[in-house]
Amino acid sequence: MLKLLLFGYGNPGRGDDALGPLLIERIDRLKLANVTCFIDMQLLIEHATDLIGCDQILFADADMSCREPFEFSAVNAGKDSSYTSHALTPAALLFVYQQVYARHAPPAFLLRIRGYHFELGDALSAQANMNLEAAARYLQQWQLQQV
Amino acid sequence: MEQSNPSPPTTRRIAIDPITRVEGHGKITLLLDADNHIQEARLHIVEFRGFEKFIQGRPYWEVPFFVQRLCGICPVSHQLAAAKAVDQLTGIRQLTPSATKLRRLLHFGQILQSHALHFFHLSSPDFLFGFGSNPAQRNIAGVLEKYPEIALKGVKLRKYGQQIIQAITGKRIHGTGTVPGGMNKPLSIAERDALLADITDILQWSQEALALNEHIHTAHPEHHHFATLPSNYLSMTGASGELEFYHGGLRARYADGNNIFDQFDYCDYQQILREEVRPWSYMKFPYLSALGIEQGWYRVGPLARINNCNMISTPLAEAARQRFKAFGQGKFVHHTLAYHWARMIEALHCAEAIDELLHDPEITGTELIAEKGQHQPQGIGVIEAPRGTLFHHYQINEEGLVTKANLMVSTTSNNQAMNESVRSVANQYLDGQEITEALLNHLEVAVRAYDPCLSCATHALGKMPLQVTLQDVNGKVIDQLTKGMSGEIHR
Repeated sequence: MLKLLLFGYGNPGRGDDALGPLLIERIDRLKLANVTCFIDMQLLIEHATDLIGCDQILFADADMSCREPFEFSAVNAGKDSSYTSHALTPAALLFVYQQVYARHAPPAFLLRIRGYHFELGDALSAQANMNLEAAARYLQQWQLQQV
Repeated sequence: MEQSNPSPPTTRRIAIDPITRVEGHGKITLLLDADNHIQEARLHIVEFRGFEKFIQGRPYWEVPFFVQRLCGICPVSHQLAAAKAVDQLTGIRQLTPSATKLRRLLHFGQILQSHALHFFHLSSPDFLFGFGSNPAQRNIAGVLEKYPEIALKGVKLRKYGQQIIQAITGKRIHGTGTVPGGMNKPLSIAERDALLADITDILQWSQEALALNEHIHTAHPEHHHFATLPSNYLSMTGASGELEFYHGGLRARYADGNNIFDQFDYCDYQQILREEVRPWSYMKFPYLSALGIEQGWYRVGPLARINNCNMISTPLAEAARQRFKAFGQGKFVHHTLAYHWARMIEALHCAEAIDELLHDPEITGTELIAEKGQHQPQGIGVIEAPRGTLFHHYQINEEGLVTKANLMVSTTSNNQAMNESVRSVANQYLDGQEITEALLNHLEVAVRAYDPCLSCATHALGKMPLQVTLQDVNGKVIDQLTKGMSGEIHR
């Protein structure tokens, strides 16, 4: 049975930036076997150590420019300019994993959920909430196929 | 509030936007005079202050959890400073021994992880490859490739600090460790033992990180002059003048080491600190009121703390401080790049202090809440956060709702110093020359020494542009470079 890692990231204090953590918290409450759920405000370099032992990874993040209600795509390890910041992209995190452990990163995917308002103190917008519902339905179908 | 004058009309501007390898979004504008000399450097901070408004109207007991949302790097520092303020609001002066030790352990874990991130992730590429080296290699990925052992130890040091935070607060983010007057859960024996299992490695790696930084600084005389500034220093110290991160009195010293004040009660901080507003920046410019705007700016953070303290309570870090002091021939070390050396002395102190606390039987104690006292209308919490002294000041009404909040973060305290460091480096490396990425990075190296935390962790995809603009004396844009999310550069 495949071991899935679901990783939602974003700042819950910044309106629609909470979409990734909200989605993964929802899945976490289901307590599914072989599914590990992580949330954090950003992807950071030490998260590479959290990827050990999983067979497949799904990152969930808010996105202010993707299509509504969400976009799902594969992520390949890659070196990008996010190395110059505290926070990494999923591709950069996978690249770090490969460098640290000298092995290929597990297959990984990115679920980008369309958000609209990202100011400090904003609540989740109504449209983002609808996108979240759609993403949750999609993720549950996807997860059932994998496990 | 005082206001300074805007820039004189006979200058031209070079803007660097944003700075890389710092947290958040900032830009640098260099004001050149007609002879292409740097007249003034301005480090712009474009976010953050809105948080004080955001928190107004919230119940005071929610404050320590809301303030964590300021930043993905230092949420625990904000939680602890706010928790100390909330203790005052509820009339509590003294926590139980176990609660105090848990908060200290949490704080040491936070500083260790932040210091490890700062050096290994953000700054080590500059020192291991050279400030002007190939930018494609000069990043953490390059360090992982060429120096995998160093990089991996850095990653694991940071991970260990995060594990302490998770063990005490229960979650990676938005944990609920602190409550008014104490902590909300004990550290179990199993959690303590899991942390103890790795502490020997952590102590060893912290010593190696210190040795690396000590060597880098002492073996490179050119680093001694880079962005170096004689300055005043502000920090908290313990009752005997020892290095102290969680609770103590404020100490300020002149550049020559003489006291400006010592063991000052931080609850009266408004008597000794004032903030200047300048029209071109969202961030204020604090200064020591006794010395005035021109002479009163100061530095905070690791360099200030190691210069200011009389001793460190743990033996390996104290021995390292003695070597640092000997390097300065008994005087203050003003080298801006010595921030990194001081930072790793502190990281070693954190590792030693964590070791001590984990062996203390009271760390697993279950008496975690102090008896509440009489509610107060105002609470002020101050700690030494990784980047420097952090002030949280709240006023509440009779319903317990926040009516006013004032947060003075360490990046704000270092504001003038960062501008001065940038000006110093710009005059040395950029005067009258075309901006290159290597030259640009010299400016960023100066800023990164302070590890400014400029933002609050929004990172939605598609929000990280890099723009460099060059304007002539009349304000006309004569050159512009834009760096996109994937690293592509357009002119």
